[in-house]
Amino acid sequence: MATEEMEQLVRRDYKEGFVTDIESETVPPGLDESTIAFISNKKGEPDWMLQWRLDAYHQWLKMKSPSWAHLDYPPIDYQAISYYSAPKRPEDMPQSLDEVDPKLLETYEKLGIPLHERAALAGVAVDAVFDSVSVTTTFKKELGEAGVIFCSISDAIRDYPELIKQYLGTVVPVADNYFAALNSAVFTDGSFVFVPEGVTCPMELSTYFRINAANTGQFERTLIICESRAQVSYLEGCTAPMRDENQLHAAVVELVALEDAYIKYSTVQNWYPGDENGIGGIYNFVTKRGDCRGDRSRISWTQVETGSAITWKYPSCVLRGKESVGEFYSVAVTNGRQQADTGTKMIHIGEGTRSYIVSKGISAGRSDQSYRGLVKIGPRAKGARNFTQCDSLLIGDTSGAHTFPYQEIGNSTATVEHEATTSKIGEDQLFYCRSRGISEEDAVSMIVNGFCKDVFQELPMEFAVEAEALLNVTLEGAVG
Amino acid sequence: MSEVIHFLDVLKKRLAQRGSEPTWIAARRQAGAARFEAMGFPTRRDEAWKYTNVRQIAQGHFELAEDADYSSAKAAALTLPIDAYRLTFVDGVFSARLSDMEGLPESVQVMPLSQALEQNHEAVGGPLGRLTGVEFSPFSALNTAFMEEGAVIRLAPGTVVDKPIILQFVSRAGEQPVMSHPRVLIEAAGRSQATVIEHHMGDSDAANFTNLVAEIMLDRGAILTHYKLQEAPLADLHIASIHVEQRRDSRYTSYNLNLGGGLVRNDLVTDLNGQGAEANFYGLFYGQGRQHVDNHTLANHNAPRTFSNENYKGILDDRAHGVFNGKVVVKRDSQKIEGFQSNANLLLSDRAEIDTKPELEIYADDVKCSHGSTTGQLDKEAIYALRTRGIDEQTARGLLTLAFAGEVMEQVDIDAITERVELAVAGKLPERFNLAGLVEIAAAFNEA
Repeated sequence: MATEEMEQLVRRDYKEGFVTDIESETVPPGLDESTIAFISNKKGEPDWMLQWRLDAYHQWLKMKSPSWAHLDYPPIDYQAISYYSAPKRPEDMPQSLDEVDPKLLETYEKLGIPLHERAALAGVAVDAVFDSVSVTTTFKKELGEAGVIFCSISDAIRDYPELIKQYLGTVVPVADNYFAALNSAVFTDGSFVFVPEGVTCPMELSTYFRINAANTGQFERTLIICESRAQVSYLEGCTAPMRDENQLHAAVVELVALEDAYIKYSTVQNWYPGDENGIGGIYNFVTKRGDCRGDRSRISWTQVETGSAITWKYPSCVLRGKESVGEFYSVAVTNGRQQADTGTKMIHIGEGTRSYIVSKGISAGRSDQSYRGLVKIGPRAKGARNFTQCDSLLIGDTSGAHTFPYQEIGNSTATVEHEATTSKIGEDQLFYCRSRGISEEDAVSMIVNGFCKDVFQELPMEFAVEAEALLNVTLEGAVG
Repeated sequence: MSEVIHFLDVLKKRLAQRGSEPTWIAARRQAGAARFEAMGFPTRRDEAWKYTNVRQIAQGHFELAEDADYSSAKAAALTLPIDAYRLTFVDGVFSARLSDMEGLPESVQVMPLSQALEQNHEAVGGPLGRLTGVEFSPFSALNTAFMEEGAVIRLAPGTVVDKPIILQFVSRAGEQPVMSHPRVLIEAAGRSQATVIEHHMGDSDAANFTNLVAEIMLDRGAILTHYKLQEAPLADLHIASIHVEQRRDSRYTSYNLNLGGGLVRNDLVTDLNGQGAEANFYGLFYGQGRQHVDNHTLANHNAPRTFSNENYKGILDDRAHGVFNGKVVVKRDSQKIEGFQSNANLLLSDRAEIDTKPELEIYADDVKCSHGSTTGQLDKEAIYALRTRGIDEQTARGLLTLAFAGEVMEQVDIDAITERVELAVAGKLPERFNLAGLVEIAAAFNEA
């Protein structure tokens, strides 16, 4: 099946999705102090949280939308966005898979997504298909026994105000950047994870399992804290094309790792990329940062970015603790008119800190992709070490691939290495496969998957399998 | 803003002295001044100036030099001891006495810019400002506003110049710091060949500001080797914008050897506009004390089958600050491109800093482009290995530093330049290790 056909159908779904019903539970578009007070009130937040939001809002008013990225999009009208809408009522959703577009289901089939998950992804009223409550209950029990807190950020503000006060906004300060400030003012959803000292979280956590995850918020706020010697692996997003009603996504993710803690954060992002002119796709402007506060702590970011009209994100690590480790593994695929400006920042502050960056970019169609990274070695980061590998693969002669690696090195004992290559799929490689009876499409898919191997092997098992399938679907029709 | 006004005042004074000039020159000058006034000096908020603060330039109350008095003995001590044609500028003012163009073949024209402007020579009418517009940077605008002196070099088709052409810029020590805005124009016609050495030097206690713009046009098959030996005094401020335009099968090779200058910023841009054009950028920057050296390079692959190769080495000691920003741009439909870029840096002190950004911007798919960048320190084990062989620590460090620069320096085929770099980078090496010594040993070996 041609990609265009599939996209057309997927798009139709989205067009419907962007319509917001004005109900009593929804604030009209626009942003001012009363909107923020409304959100805070709806969430039943204490006064200090409202003040925190208002402070962020006032700082945001003074800031300017950044223009340095290698991206092209019309200015965003922040007054045209509705900042709060109550979760959809079950009767508004498709009642069963029969009502869902068959082509969308076909995509799920290709990706090998389990049946009961398809319903949730397609926006079918969840209770109609499987009993999410029972699944969640068993799972909550297990986490509870281990002492792990995993809940929505709104619940956490209510139930664990001390932890929130202690950690929220300490990794990504309120006025860190334009979108982070906006998020701080209006965030409505997100996850909170707290893993106490010495605990290894008994399972991989995923927003998908969280009970109120049916409506992914437009302004998500995630906070993950690992105390000494604690470990957690967190999965965000999923491989299936997600239905979503909001065009602008400005999430903030904060990770805090204390001594000897290890946080692994994996993302698969496949939001709607827009039509062939890139119109209507999701703008994904995300601030993700991990703080290795404790000695020997480790934070690892893995991302597979295939969706969104515009992706703008730089998952970063602040390596404060001695001998702490930051890692970034990324595969970004752009096709059609997609634009991605993504990369990472590794800020070495502590002695003996190490960072490792592997970024693989694949641009096809008329898309544009940039790797933008910063490796900064501070004067006290004795013996710090960084290795960066960033490779780009171009498919077709109308796409663009760019690399902007910043390195700021202020310490003579540091060792920093950066390597980058840009090339197309080698004709000799293709020929080799073809001569062994492998079809051109399969050969390209094999080569592309091989190109991304270093990153895929960092993904949790089930994600890795899906990611490979996802790559093939995204690039379908790009090779001719 | 008052900083800009000072520069404009100096300009006004100078123009009043000069009297009338052809309208086209006056118009370009006016455009430069207007553009400079509109832009003002760059700040660290400008991406291209993120790591370089030009406050020292903006706030220095520079005047223009009135004469080119300089003793022949001092000039002789500074100049490169090689057989070459020479044009000498003292604080930007041309010195006929210190220049030597004897024996220059007729197929080569070398003249001071002032002379070309005065004659309204065809060499300047069209080309001047064609490659470096006033839009490029506030400094290129400033240069355009002030342009009055510099060098014009024209090579007739097929000319191979027998000796290097040296353009030497002397910075004098004086009560009043001065500024100069030299403009260099090089036009190499089809299949011509030349080596041009741009040499900056001066009195060790001078503190002047040089703002150079060079426009270099290479026609089909022309080959130009451009050395830039930067030995300016350690308090000198130096900004240079070099723009090269390359037609089919031309080759431009740049050796940017930066040893001196307190604040140095080089912008080197080449447009590879014809198939088979090739650009080689070799660079070495050595910083000590509080030197600040910023090198920006850009290779625009505008035509298919073009080739660029870049290798920059940075060595930073004390509190020196190095900046490297290399960029390779491949335009859409410029297929079969090869672009390589490498930047390696050696930090010799804990307070030295390097900010490096090797960029690729690619819009075509049939390309081979790569870049690499490394930063590290001298290998302790290598120092130890030399020490066990009876070489003292200082010499060992010198030798290893020199070896680090080797990849770039082995491309340089003018011994006088290699020796200067060697002395600056490795200090005074024992005879058996320095170039002169090695040449002697090799000669003795060949005789035997």
